[in-house]
Amino acid sequence: MKQKTVAAVGAAETTEMGKIPNMSVIQLHADAALNAMADCGLKPSDIDGVATAGISPTELAYYLGITPTYADGTSVGGCSFMLHVRHAAAAINEGLAKTILITHGESGRSRVGAGGFRGGGGTSSLPGQFEAPYGPVGPPSMFTIPVLRYLKVRGYTVEDLANVAVIQREWAALNPRASMKDPISVADVLNARMIAYPFTLLMCCLVTDGGGAIILTSAERAKDFPQKPVYILGTGESVETPMVSQMEDFTSSKAFRVSGKKAFEEAGIKHGDVDHLMIYDAFAHLPLYGLEDLGFCRPGEAAGFINDRNTAIGGKLPLNTNGGGLSYMHSGMYGMYAMQESIRQLRGIAPAQVPDAKISISHGVGGMFGASGTIVWSNEAP
Amino acid sequence: MDRVLPEPTPETQHFWDGCKEGELRLQRCVECSKSYFPPRPFCPKCGSRKVEVYKASGKAKLWSYVINHRPRPDLGTEPHSIAVVMLDEGPQMMTNIVECPQTPEALVLDMPVEVTFQDFGKITLPFFKPAGA
Repeated sequence: MKQKTVAAVGAAETTEMGKIPNMSVIQLHADAALNAMADCGLKPSDIDGVATAGISPTELAYYLGITPTYADGTSVGGCSFMLHVRHAAAAINEGLAKTILITHGESGRSRVGAGGFRGGGGTSSLPGQFEAPYGPVGPPSMFTIPVLRYLKVRGYTVEDLANVAVIQREWAALNPRASMKDPISVADVLNARMIAYPFTLLMCCLVTDGGGAIILTSAERAKDFPQKPVYILGTGESVETPMVSQMEDFTSSKAFRVSGKKAFEEAGIKHGDVDHLMIYDAFAHLPLYGLEDLGFCRPGEAAGFINDRNTAIGGKLPLNTNGGGLSYMHSGMYGMYAMQESIRQLRGIAPAQVPDAKISISHGVGGMFGASGTIVWSNEAP
Repeated sequence: MDRVLPEPTPETQHFWDGCKEGELRLQRCVECSKSYFPPRPFCPKCGSRKVEVYKASGKAKLWSYVINHRPRPDLGTEPHSIAVVMLDEGPQMMTNIVECPQTPEALVLDMPVEVTFQDFGKITLPFFKPAGA
């Protein structure tokens, strides 16, 4: 329960969002970091811990002029930032640093200063030997591979997948910064260009530019900052496999289950206590897996739960209220934006504000069901 | 464009040698008898280094797949399956389903498939085709 003593005091995204051709990757990190520092009234010299993925914490610290006593470069894909929050909370409790900055920036669309395609590990890595020869082209043709099995076992349909995208678009319509805001129907989703059967374009995340940053400190110090602190109640993380073909169960993510359980236990909350939920939606199936693996729905009930509008505007469990990776933005490692939205909701400043939200969960995925991180946040001091 | 091919490591060489010889080789633990894939010189279930290589049946069922409509240049221009098969011995393996139309109608989950090998020079890749095709 030690992590209850840490809070987010600064949080911000890049000034622009979506298409930012005038900024390189490292500048997207810095833009978000400077916005987060402005948000809580700090300067780089006030920061003594850094964490990031995509670039190294060394690059980040150097570029911003920070001399840290704590650096975390954990890089397990899009949920890396959830793991950074978890590690930072432990580090602050342990006295390794007082004020830790976590940043993300990615020029996913414009590819400014972005280098080549990351990941893989070459033709002699295990994925290089036992998956790459069969033609996967990044996440759209890999992350989607378990899904036909999942649909068959659960009795879900492609219409259920499509409806995930439809409902998230409804949320995005309320968000002025969302990349895609026009309403879509299930038919629109199913008739969109086929990317990797059964996935059409509208079941796949966007590819955009952007960044975000979070500043954490002890709950004790958090009270002295200008913004309403958002406390960390519980955290979890896990990793399973770098190869989607070796996922133990195609209908359930072990990393999700382990990470989620740990976070719930640490927070000491029940599912009914959760007012707002973010599940990293790189593709339309992720919210379904997430609802089941986090325990919000029994296996086989997640699609009905979404179809009955429980996660939609006015529903009992508002989900991906920024529009998600499907409609808000997706730079490549989206986990940071899920946490930004949780923090906005708990500060009461989200464009699609959930009334009286007190507890929010940000749940992330890394790789293709390879890794997971879960953070339980609250705007009430534990 | 030449097909992107794997580069064997000391731990996986036996698998690729097997493919060259028309055998699908798996490993199993001598201690706990767990069959596993991809190759490594110890058991991922119990950690024992006492493991053996054996010739698998090559029989499997189609476990899940996508039909990739944006093929990588080295795989041609037509939509093709990227599949995972469940081997009769237990492990899952990524592959392409070949000798079969690349359509949802022809690619039915749980249909029996069997291994077939294709020589790409330095490397022979295992693929799967509908059983008896």
